[in-house]
Amino acid sequence: MSVQEPVDLRCTINGVARELRAAPLRRLLDVLRDDLGLTGTKEGCGEGECGACTVLVNGEPVNSCLVPVCQVDACSVTTIEGSGFEGVQAAFLEHGGAQCGICTPGMIVMTRAWLEERSRLGAAVDLESARKALAGNLCRCTGYAKILTSALAAAAVKP
Amino acid sequence: MQRPRTLEQALEVLARATSSARLLAGGTDLMVEFETGRTHPDVVFDLWGVKELRYVRAENGGLRLGSLSTCRDLLDSALAREGADLLVLAADEVGAEQIKNRATLGGNLGTASPASDLGPVLSVLRARVRLVSLRGEREVSVDDFWTGYRATQRANDELIESVFIPTCPRDERRGFRKVGTRRAQSISKVVVAMALRVDGGVLQGVRSAAGSVAERIVRLSTLERALDGQRPSRALVSDATRDSARVDARPIDDVRSTARYRRATLQRVAEGLILDLAGIEGAH
Repeated sequence: MSVQEPVDLRCTINGVARELRAAPLRRLLDVLRDDLGLTGTKEGCGEGECGACTVLVNGEPVNSCLVPVCQVDACSVTTIEGSGFEGVQAAFLEHGGAQCGICTPGMIVMTRAWLEERSRLGAAVDLESARKALAGNLCRCTGYAKILTSALAAAAVKP
Repeated sequence: MQRPRTLEQALEVLARATSSARLLAGGTDLMVEFETGRTHPDVVFDLWGVKELRYVRAENGGLRLGSLSTCRDLLDSALAREGADLLVLAADEVGAEQIKNRATLGGNLGTASPASDLGPVLSVLRARVRLVSLRGEREVSVDDFWTGYRATQRANDELIESVFIPTCPRDERRGFRKVGTRRAQSISKVVVAMALRVDGGVLQGVRSAAGSVAERIVRLSTLERALDGQRPSRALVSDATRDSARVDARPIDDVRSTARYRRATLQRVAEGLILDLAGIEGAH
Protein backbone atom coordinates (compact mmCIF):
# COMPACT_ATOMS: atom_id res chain seq x y z
CA MET A 1 0.00 0.00 0.00
CA SER A 2 1.40 3.36 -1.00
CA VAL A 3 1.79 6.23 1.42
CA GLN A 4 -0.30 8.32 -1.00
CA GLU A 5 -3.22 5.91 -1.21
CA PRO A 6 -6.19 7.33 0.71
CA VAL A 7 -7.52 5.53 3.75
CA ASP A 8 -10.92 5.70 5.43
CA LEU A 9 -10.95 7.20 8.89
CA ARG A 10 -13.64 7.79 11.49
CA CYS A 11 -13.27 10.44 14.11
CA THR A 12 -15.25 13.00 16.03
CA ILE A 13 -14.56 16.59 15.13
CA ASN A 14 -16.00 19.26 17.41
CA GLY A 15 -18.53 16.77 18.71
CA VAL A 16 -19.70 15.58 15.28
CA ALA A 17 -18.90 12.07 14.05
CA ARG A 18 -17.12 12.31 10.68
CA GLU A 19 -15.95 9.84 8.09
CA LEU A 20 -12.86 11.03 6.27
CA ARG A 21 -10.99 9.74 3.25
CA ALA A 22 -7.47 11.08 3.07
CA ALA A 23 -3.88 10.11 2.34
CA PRO A 24 -2.66 8.79 5.70
CA LEU A 25 0.31 11.10 6.09
CA ARG A 26 -1.48 14.32 5.26
CA ARG A 27 -1.20 16.80 8.10
CA LEU A 28 -4.23 17.02 10.36
CA LEU A 29 -3.88 20.79 9.89
CA ASP A 30 -4.45 20.53 6.11
CA VAL A 31 -7.37 18.15 6.41
CA LEU A 32 -9.06 20.46 8.93
CA ARG A 33 -8.52 23.57 6.83
CA ASP A 34 -8.76 22.32 3.25
CA ASP A 35 -11.15 19.38 3.44
CA LEU A 36 -13.38 20.44 6.31
CA GLY A 37 -13.23 24.23 5.94
CA LEU A 38 -12.21 24.67 9.58
CA THR A 39 -9.88 27.57 8.87
CA GLY A 40 -9.80 28.84 12.45
CA THR A 41 -6.73 26.67 12.99
CA LYS A 42 -3.76 28.60 11.58
CA GLU A 43 -0.47 27.50 10.12
CA GLY A 44 2.52 29.36 11.51
CA CYS A 45 5.90 27.69 11.15
CA GLY A 46 4.80 24.27 9.93
CA GLU A 47 7.44 22.53 12.00
CA GLY A 48 6.12 22.38 15.52
CA GLU A 49 7.90 25.44 16.91
CA CYS A 50 5.15 28.05 17.10
CA GLY A 51 1.94 26.41 18.34
CA ALA A 52 -0.37 28.42 16.04
CA CYS A 53 -1.97 25.18 14.77
CA THR A 54 -2.69 23.75 18.24
CA VAL A 55 -5.82 21.59 18.48
CA LEU A 56 -6.97 19.07 21.07
CA VAL A 57 -6.83 15.35 20.28
CA ASN A 58 -8.67 13.37 22.93
CA GLY A 59 -8.38 16.50 25.07
CA GLU A 60 -4.59 16.77 24.73
CA PRO A 61 -3.02 19.75 22.98
CA VAL A 62 -0.96 18.86 19.89
CA ASN A 63 0.52 20.73 16.96
CA SER A 64 -1.77 19.73 14.08
CA CYS A 65 1.06 20.35 11.59
CA LEU A 66 2.93 17.40 13.12
CA VAL A 67 0.05 14.94 13.36
CA PRO A 68 -0.56 12.69 10.36
CA VAL A 69 -4.29 12.43 9.85
CA CYS A 70 -4.21 8.63 10.11
CA GLN A 71 -3.30 9.05 13.78
CA VAL A 72 -6.63 10.66 14.65
CA ASP A 73 -8.59 7.61 13.52
CA ALA A 74 -11.09 6.83 16.32
CA CYS A 75 -10.10 10.02 18.15
CA SER A 76 -11.95 13.12 19.21
CA VAL A 77 -10.56 16.35 17.72
CA THR A 78 -11.45 19.78 19.05
CA THR A 79 -10.56 22.92 17.12
CA ILE A 80 -11.12 26.57 17.95
CA GLU A 81 -14.51 26.26 16.19
CA GLY A 82 -15.62 23.73 18.80
CA SER A 83 -17.51 24.53 21.97
CA GLY A 84 -16.04 25.15 25.39
CA PHE A 85 -13.79 28.08 24.47
CA GLU A 86 -16.28 30.84 25.25
CA GLY A 87 -14.87 31.77 28.66
CA VAL A 88 -11.28 31.91 27.43
CA GLN A 89 -12.29 33.88 24.36
CA ALA A 90 -14.16 36.42 26.47
CA ALA A 91 -11.09 36.89 28.67
CA PHE A 92 -8.81 37.39 25.65
CA LEU A 93 -11.29 39.96 24.26
CA GLU A 94 -11.59 41.85 27.49
CA HIS A 95 -7.86 41.96 28.26
CA GLY A 96 -6.49 42.62 24.78
CA GLY A 97 -4.99 39.15 24.39
CA ALA A 98 -5.24 39.31 20.58
CA GLN A 99 -3.40 41.60 18.21
CA CYS A 100 -2.94 40.45 14.60
CA GLY A 101 -4.79 37.25 15.50
CA ILE A 102 -2.68 34.55 13.86
CA CYS A 103 -1.46 33.05 17.12
CA THR A 104 -4.77 33.61 18.90
CA PRO A 105 -6.59 30.33 18.13
CA GLY A 106 -3.55 28.36 19.29
CA MET A 107 -3.21 30.52 22.40
CA ILE A 108 -6.86 30.02 23.28
CA VAL A 109 -6.82 26.27 22.69
CA MET A 110 -3.65 25.95 24.76
CA THR A 111 -5.05 28.14 27.54
CA ARG A 112 -8.10 25.91 27.78
CA ALA A 113 -5.90 22.79 27.88
CA TRP A 114 -3.83 24.40 30.65
CA LEU A 115 -6.93 25.30 32.71
CA GLU A 116 -8.33 21.78 32.34
CA GLU A 117 -4.99 20.25 33.31
CA ARG A 118 -4.69 22.44 36.42
CA SER A 119 -8.25 21.61 37.38
CA ARG A 120 -7.64 17.88 36.86
CA LEU A 121 -4.54 18.05 39.08
CA GLY A 122 -6.30 20.27 41.61
CA ALA A 123 -3.32 22.61 41.17
CA ALA A 124 -3.23 26.38 41.49
CA VAL A 125 -3.62 28.54 38.40
CA ASP A 126 -0.58 30.82 38.56
CA LEU A 127 1.61 32.88 36.27
CA GLU A 128 4.48 30.39 36.35
CA SER A 129 2.34 27.49 35.15
CA ALA A 130 0.69 29.71 32.50
CA ARG A 131 4.10 30.71 31.16
CA LYS A 132 5.17 27.09 30.97
CA ALA A 133 1.94 25.95 29.34
CA LEU A 134 2.12 28.67 26.69
CA ALA A 135 5.89 28.38 26.12
CA GLY A 136 5.29 26.61 22.82
CA ASN A 137 2.96 29.29 21.47
CA LEU A 138 4.76 32.19 19.83
CA CYS A 139 3.27 35.63 19.25
CA ARG A 140 5.12 37.63 16.60
CA CYS A 141 3.36 40.81 17.81
CA THR A 142 5.04 40.04 21.15
CA GLY A 143 1.78 40.56 23.02
CA TYR A 144 2.78 38.15 25.74
CA ALA A 145 2.01 40.34 28.75
CA LYS A 146 -1.60 40.77 27.70
CA ILE A 147 -1.89 37.16 26.60
CA LEU A 148 -0.76 35.97 30.03
CA THR A 149 -3.09 38.45 31.73
CA SER A 150 -5.93 37.11 29.57
CA ALA A 151 -5.06 33.50 30.39
CA LEU A 152 -5.03 34.21 34.10
CA ALA A 153 -8.29 36.14 33.81
CA ALA A 154 -9.82 33.17 31.97
CA ALA A 155 -9.20 31.09 35.05
CA ALA A 156 -11.66 33.28 36.91
CA VAL A 157 -14.34 32.99 34.18
CA LYS A 158 -16.58 29.98 33.98
CA PRO A 159 -15.72 28.19 30.72
CA MET B 1 1.39 2.50 4.63
CA GLN B 2 0.81 -0.05 7.36
CA ARG B 3 -0.86 0.66 10.67
CA PRO B 4 -0.34 -2.29 13.02
CA ARG B 5 -2.36 -2.29 16.24
CA THR B 6 -0.47 -4.88 18.23
CA LEU B 7 3.18 -5.75 18.78
CA GLU B 8 2.61 -9.05 16.98
CA GLN B 9 1.16 -7.31 13.92
CA ALA B 10 3.99 -4.79 13.98
CA LEU B 11 6.64 -7.52 13.96
CA GLU B 12 4.88 -9.29 11.10
CA VAL B 13 4.83 -6.22 8.87
CA LEU B 14 8.39 -5.30 9.86
CA ALA B 15 9.60 -8.77 8.88
CA ARG B 16 9.14 -7.70 5.25
CA ALA B 17 10.62 -4.23 5.69
CA THR B 18 13.54 -2.98 3.64
CA SER B 19 15.99 -0.21 4.49
CA SER B 20 13.84 2.40 2.73
CA ALA B 21 10.91 1.89 5.14
CA ARG B 22 10.41 4.55 7.79
CA LEU B 23 8.94 3.92 11.22
CA LEU B 24 6.55 6.58 12.44
CA ALA B 25 5.77 7.08 16.12
CA GLY B 26 4.56 10.47 17.39
CA GLY B 27 5.59 12.28 14.21
CA THR B 28 7.37 15.23 15.82
CA ASP B 29 10.53 14.65 13.76
CA LEU B 30 9.31 12.66 10.80
CA MET B 31 6.40 14.92 9.85
CA VAL B 32 8.83 17.83 9.43
CA GLU B 33 11.08 15.64 7.27
CA PHE B 34 8.14 14.68 5.07
CA GLU B 35 6.91 18.27 4.78
CA THR B 36 10.28 19.75 3.90
CA GLY B 37 10.88 17.00 1.37
CA ARG B 38 13.99 15.69 3.12
CA THR B 39 12.42 12.23 3.17
CA HIS B 40 10.30 10.61 0.47
CA PRO B 41 9.66 7.16 1.87
CA ASP B 42 7.77 4.61 -0.23
CA VAL B 43 6.86 2.63 2.82
CA VAL B 44 5.86 3.94 6.23
CA PHE B 45 4.88 1.88 9.25
CA ASP B 46 2.76 3.88 11.64
CA LEU B 47 3.38 2.43 15.10
CA TRP B 48 1.37 5.02 17.05
CA GLY B 49 -1.55 2.60 17.37
CA VAL B 50 0.50 -0.10 19.13
CA LYS B 51 -0.77 0.97 22.55
CA GLU B 52 0.74 -2.00 24.37
CA LEU B 53 4.16 -0.35 23.94
CA ARG B 54 3.03 2.59 26.04
CA TYR B 55 3.88 1.60 29.60
CA VAL B 56 6.16 2.22 32.55
CA ARG B 57 6.73 -0.70 34.90
CA ALA B 58 9.07 -1.78 37.64
CA GLU B 59 11.24 -4.74 36.77
CA ASN B 60 13.88 -6.64 38.67
CA GLY B 61 16.73 -4.20 39.22
CA GLY B 62 15.20 -1.23 37.51
CA LEU B 63 12.51 0.28 35.37
CA ARG B 64 11.21 -0.76 31.95
CA LEU B 65 9.78 1.95 29.73
CA GLY B 66 7.73 1.01 26.66
CA SER B 67 9.07 2.63 23.52
CA LEU B 68 5.81 4.42 22.66
CA SER B 69 5.71 6.17 26.02
CA THR B 70 5.52 9.88 25.37
CA CYS B 71 7.45 12.51 27.28
CA ARG B 72 4.12 13.36 28.93
CA ASP B 73 3.65 9.70 29.96
CA LEU B 74 7.06 9.78 31.67
CA LEU B 75 6.24 13.04 33.47
CA ASP B 76 2.92 11.61 34.65
CA SER B 77 4.43 8.37 35.93
CA ALA B 78 5.31 8.27 39.62
CA LEU B 79 7.49 5.21 38.91
CA ALA B 80 9.46 7.11 36.26
CA ARG B 81 9.81 10.20 38.43
CA GLU B 82 11.35 8.04 41.12
CA GLY B 83 13.36 5.52 39.13
CA ALA B 84 14.48 7.71 36.23
CA ASP B 85 14.56 11.20 37.72
CA LEU B 86 17.06 12.59 35.23
CA LEU B 87 15.08 11.26 32.26
CA VAL B 88 11.91 12.89 33.54
CA LEU B 89 13.78 16.16 34.00
CA ALA B 90 14.97 15.99 30.38
CA ALA B 91 11.54 14.90 29.12
CA ASP B 92 10.08 18.04 30.69
CA GLU B 93 12.50 20.19 28.71
CA VAL B 94 12.38 18.60 25.25
CA GLY B 95 9.83 21.09 24.06
CA ALA B 96 6.37 22.54 24.39
CA GLU B 97 3.46 20.73 26.00
CA GLN B 98 2.17 20.00 22.48
CA ILE B 99 5.44 18.23 21.66
CA LYS B 100 5.60 16.31 24.94
CA ASN B 101 2.18 14.83 24.16
CA ARG B 102 3.49 13.19 20.98
CA ALA B 103 7.28 12.79 21.21
CA THR B 104 8.10 9.22 22.20
CA LEU B 105 11.05 7.50 23.81
CA GLY B 106 11.37 5.04 20.90
CA GLY B 107 11.10 7.81 18.33
CA ASN B 108 13.83 9.73 20.10
CA LEU B 109 16.10 6.65 20.10
CA GLY B 110 15.31 5.64 16.53
CA THR B 111 15.80 9.11 15.07
CA ALA B 112 19.21 9.16 16.76
CA SER B 113 19.46 12.90 16.48
CA PRO B 114 22.74 14.28 17.80
CA ALA B 115 20.64 17.06 19.37
CA SER B 116 18.39 14.68 21.32
CA ASP B 117 17.76 15.95 24.85
CA LEU B 118 16.93 12.49 26.13
CA GLY B 119 20.06 10.99 24.59
CA PRO B 120 22.75 12.14 27.04
CA VAL B 121 20.50 11.25 29.97
CA LEU B 122 19.82 7.74 28.66
CA SER B 123 23.56 7.27 28.26
CA VAL B 124 24.35 8.47 31.78
CA LEU B 125 21.57 6.30 33.25
CA ARG B 126 23.12 3.19 31.57
CA ALA B 127 19.94 2.62 29.55
CA ARG B 128 19.62 -0.60 27.58
CA VAL B 129 17.54 -0.81 24.41
CA ARG B 130 15.46 -3.94 23.78
CA LEU B 131 15.09 -4.76 20.10
CA VAL B 132 12.57 -7.39 19.04
CA SER B 133 11.78 -9.09 15.75
CA LEU B 134 10.22 -12.36 14.65
CA ARG B 135 13.77 -13.75 14.85
CA GLY B 136 13.99 -13.06 18.57
CA GLU B 137 15.11 -10.29 20.85
CA ARG B 138 18.32 -8.68 22.03
CA GLU B 139 19.33 -5.91 24.36
CA VAL B 140 22.12 -3.43 23.73
CA SER B 141 23.46 -0.50 25.70
CA VAL B 142 22.27 2.81 24.37
CA ASP B 143 25.89 3.87 23.76
CA ASP B 144 26.25 0.93 21.36
CA PHE B 145 22.77 1.37 19.90
CA TRP B 146 23.72 4.69 18.31
CA THR B 147 26.36 4.15 15.66
CA GLY B 148 26.72 7.54 13.99
CA TYR B 149 24.85 10.51 12.58
CA ARG B 150 21.19 9.55 12.78
CA ALA B 151 22.30 5.93 12.58
CA THR B 152 21.54 3.01 14.86
CA GLN B 153 22.19 -0.71 14.88
CA ARG B 154 18.48 -1.53 14.56
CA ALA B 155 18.00 -4.05 11.75
CA ASN B 156 15.21 -3.45 9.21
CA ASP B 157 12.93 -6.04 10.78
CA GLU B 158 13.56 -4.96 14.37
CA LEU B 159 11.37 -2.83 16.58
CA ILE B 160 12.54 -0.82 19.60
CA GLU B 161 10.30 -2.50 22.16
CA SER B 162 11.44 -0.81 25.35
CA VAL B 163 14.24 0.75 27.33
CA PHE B 164 15.53 -0.63 30.61
CA ILE B 165 16.90 1.82 33.19
CA PRO B 166 18.88 0.09 35.97
CA THR B 167 18.28 1.34 39.50
CA CYS B 168 20.72 4.16 40.24
CA PRO B 169 23.12 3.93 43.19
CA ARG B 170 21.52 5.47 46.29
CA ASP B 171 24.27 8.00 46.87
CA GLU B 172 24.64 9.03 43.24
CA ARG B 173 24.17 12.71 42.37
CA ARG B 174 22.75 13.51 38.96
CA GLY B 175 22.22 16.60 36.86
CA PHE B 176 21.08 17.71 33.43
CA ARG B 177 21.53 21.02 31.68
CA LYS B 178 20.34 22.26 28.32
CA VAL B 179 21.39 25.39 26.51
CA GLY B 180 18.98 26.55 23.83
CA THR B 181 17.74 29.73 22.24
CA ARG B 182 14.72 30.02 24.46
CA ARG B 183 13.96 28.75 27.93
CA ALA B 184 11.42 26.27 26.72
CA GLN B 185 10.97 24.43 23.50
CA SER B 186 13.92 24.79 21.26
CA ILE B 187 16.46 22.47 19.73
CA SER B 188 19.45 22.47 22.01
CA LYS B 189 22.79 24.05 21.19
CA VAL B 190 24.48 22.00 23.88
CA VAL B 191 23.01 19.49 26.33
CA VAL B 192 24.92 17.72 29.09
CA ALA B 193 23.97 14.99 31.57
CA MET B 194 26.15 13.98 34.50
CA ALA B 195 26.18 11.48 37.36
CA LEU B 196 28.77 11.02 40.08
CA ARG B 197 29.30 9.97 43.67
CA VAL B 198 31.41 11.70 46.28
CA ASP B 199 32.94 9.09 48.54
CA GLY B 200 35.21 10.27 51.33
CA GLY B 201 35.85 13.49 49.46
CA VAL B 202 36.78 11.60 46.29
CA LEU B 203 34.83 11.51 43.02
CA GLN B 204 33.63 8.06 42.00
CA GLY B 205 31.57 6.57 39.19
CA VAL B 206 31.61 9.71 37.08
CA ARG B 207 29.42 9.31 34.01
CA SER B 208 28.80 12.08 31.57
CA ALA B 209 27.39 12.49 28.07
CA ALA B 210 26.58 15.39 25.80
CA GLY B 211 24.37 16.21 22.84
CA SER B 212 24.71 18.65 19.94
CA VAL B 213 28.50 18.59 20.19
CA ALA B 214 29.24 15.77 17.71
CA GLU B 215 27.57 13.73 14.96
CA ARG B 216 25.99 11.58 17.68
CA ILE B 217 25.41 11.64 21.42
CA VAL B 218 28.87 11.22 22.97
CA ARG B 219 30.15 10.03 26.31
CA LEU B 220 32.63 12.49 27.79
CA SER B 221 35.16 9.73 28.45
CA THR B 222 38.13 12.06 28.80
CA LEU B 223 36.29 13.92 31.52
CA GLU B 224 35.25 10.73 33.29
CA ARG B 225 38.84 9.41 33.34
CA ALA B 226 40.26 12.71 34.54
CA LEU B 227 37.85 12.98 37.48
CA ASP B 228 37.41 9.40 38.69
CA GLY B 229 39.21 8.79 41.97
CA GLN B 230 40.25 12.43 42.33
CA ARG B 231 39.53 15.02 45.00
CA PRO B 232 37.46 17.66 43.22
CA SER B 233 38.95 21.13 43.02
CA ARG B 234 38.13 24.08 40.81
CA ALA B 235 41.46 23.73 38.98
CA LEU B 236 40.99 20.01 38.34
CA VAL B 237 37.44 20.46 37.06
CA SER B 238 38.44 23.38 34.89
CA ASP B 239 41.30 21.46 33.25
CA ALA B 240 39.28 18.26 32.86
CA THR B 241 36.32 19.96 31.19
CA ARG B 242 38.61 21.94 28.89
CA ASP B 243 40.36 18.75 27.76
CA SER B 244 37.03 17.00 27.33
CA ALA B 245 35.56 19.79 25.20
CA ARG B 246 38.66 19.55 23.00
CA VAL B 247 38.86 15.76 22.74
CA ASP B 248 35.36 14.30 23.28
CA ALA B 249 33.44 16.92 21.28
CA ARG B 250 33.45 17.11 17.50
CA PRO B 251 31.13 20.06 16.93
CA ILE B 252 30.23 21.69 13.63
CA ASP B 253 29.08 25.14 12.53
CA ASP B 254 25.40 25.11 11.64
CA VAL B 255 22.29 27.31 11.73
CA ARG B 256 21.99 27.01 15.50
CA SER B 257 25.56 27.69 16.57
CA THR B 258 29.23 27.70 15.72
CA ALA B 259 31.62 24.89 16.61
CA ARG B 260 33.68 27.30 18.71
CA TYR B 261 30.64 28.39 20.72
CA ARG B 262 29.60 24.79 21.29
CA ARG B 263 33.04 23.77 22.59
CA ALA B 264 33.21 26.76 24.91
CA THR B 265 29.66 26.20 26.13
CA LEU B 266 30.18 22.49 26.66
CA GLN B 267 33.18 23.30 28.85
CA ARG B 268 31.28 25.88 30.93
CA VAL B 269 28.13 23.79 31.29
CA ALA B 270 30.02 20.61 32.24
CA GLU B 271 32.18 22.56 34.67
CA GLY B 272 29.17 24.16 36.37
CA LEU B 273 27.37 20.83 36.62
CA ILE B 274 30.32 19.05 38.23
CA LEU B 275 30.97 21.86 40.71
CA ASP B 276 27.29 21.89 41.67
CA LEU B 277 27.07 18.12 42.02
CA ALA B 278 30.34 17.90 43.94
CA GLY B 279 29.15 20.71 46.20
CA ILE B 280 32.08 23.03 45.53
CA GLU B 281 31.48 26.63 46.58
CA GLY B 282 31.45 29.51 44.15
CA ALA B 283 30.38 27.42 41.19
CA HIS B 284 29.08 30.46 39.31
